[in-house]
Amino acid sequence: MIRVVLPFHLRTLAQVDGEVTLDVPRPATLGGVLDALEAKHPVLRGTIRDHGTLRRRDFVRFFACEQDLSLEPPDSPLPEPVAAGREPFLVVGAIAGG
Amino acid sequence: MSTIRVLVGTRKGAFILTSDGKRGKWSVAGPHFAGWEIYHMKGSPADPSRLFASQSSSWFGQIIQRSDDGGMTWTIPGGEKLPSPYDPPSPGASNRFIYDTSPETGKPLTTHLWYDGTQHPWEFKRVWHLEPSLTDPETAYAGVEDAALFKTTDGGKTWHELAGLRAARGEQWQPGAGGLGLHTILIDPSNPDRLYIAISAAGAFRTDDGGKTWKPINRGLKSQYIPDPDAEIGHCVHRIALHPSRPGTVFMQKHWDIMRTDNAGDEWHEVSGNLPTDFGFPIDVHAHEPETIYVVPIKSDSEHFPPEGKLRVYRSRSGGNEWEPLTKGLPQSDCYVNVLRDAMAVDTLDPCGIYFGTTGGQVYCSPNGGDSWEAIVRDLPAVLSVEVQTIP
Repeated sequence: MIRVVLPFHLRTLAQVDGEVTLDVPRPATLGGVLDALEAKHPVLRGTIRDHGTLRRRDFVRFFACEQDLSLEPPDSPLPEPVAAGREPFLVVGAIAGG
Repeated sequence: MSTIRVLVGTRKGAFILTSDGKRGKWSVAGPHFAGWEIYHMKGSPADPSRLFASQSSSWFGQIIQRSDDGGMTWTIPGGEKLPSPYDPPSPGASNRFIYDTSPETGKPLTTHLWYDGTQHPWEFKRVWHLEPSLTDPETAYAGVEDAALFKTTDGGKTWHELAGLRAARGEQWQPGAGGLGLHTILIDPSNPDRLYIAISAAGAFRTDDGGKTWKPINRGLKSQYIPDPDAEIGHCVHRIALHPSRPGTVFMQKHWDIMRTDNAGDEWHEVSGNLPTDFGFPIDVHAHEPETIYVVPIKSDSEHFPPEGKLRVYRSRSGGNEWEPLTKGLPQSDCYVNVLRDAMAVDTLDPCGIYFGTTGGQVYCSPNGGDSWEAIVRDLPAVLSVEVQTIP
């Protein structure tokens, strides 16, 4: 199972507390995680990536194992610790201050 | 006794203010969708318990929310949680606003005028305004940025574009500083095939065939900030309003100028009259007096606050030209809030109640047609929209 950590507002939308666990087809890829996440929580469709183009929204980032995976193509394999469920896949909203 | 429900959209959530018909004591519920921008929230005239809300954020985009119990609980239509993660997702996606580029209807129009004079792709950003059908609770219209009109006939689960609108010179539409938003949708109660819409900064448009075809209705408008002041396209219309008993008479607050048409937009004339400034955002019509209209003059397009720091609603009982300031109960010194285009509404009680919200977080009510005002709440986040339901 792959562990996904969502930002506050997406946890509220999806009505989940804590991490989301997903069963992702192997080999687990970035796009595969998002597909599984949206299938399990349809309310998240359009909030992380655009409906039509499936492009990541500008202010959303993907981190895992201290790496920024935001610019990786969707068919990129996830780091092995994430695929194995030892490390979470983080969906992060960009910082805004003021 | 009737119940009044005031639906308030703010920068950081939605609030619902409720009172009985006396409009003296109010209860405040919210924030709903805390932390999100609520551009607009409106109830269905056909089923007042059904509310639609536009929830959005720069991070996570657009969400459409719907309530079937007057705002106590909300669901995202089409986004219902699945009994099993292996079930196919529902076909609905209430936040899926895809522009129609099909040859039959979209034509395909893919670009509009950009700030630098080049053509720019149409990109969905958010829903500015939701207008439920007058007769069918499953049907509603959504005005979006970049400007287009969408319609749902399944309670908000799915939306499709009425692409004929963008065929009305869409390639010439250009965003104002606030974006290219379709912000006003008026349905003619005597003819459901007739709708008016307004776009900043393209102008006003009308359909007489239920949204298939549209025409610009901007003759008579003059705008000094465009190369040709009386061009057919390019006017920054801030808001339009009509009285249900006279749907051919439409009032307009333009970027500058208060305008009026008595032939459904075929020709407009100015009725700014003795206003201290004719810049502003909202305009609305008294529920029982079709010639009584309200505006909130703002100093200028460079200084978005009331002249002299005095918050004044102006009322005309003659359909324009002759205006009187309404100040009782409103701050008359050191007030520098703005009132945005969708932040004024009226109830249908007698006497008519007038409501507006400010960027300073106040929501004011006048239970007597504007003669006196009282703040229902004072410290909400900046108010983006105010709508009122009068429930028997």
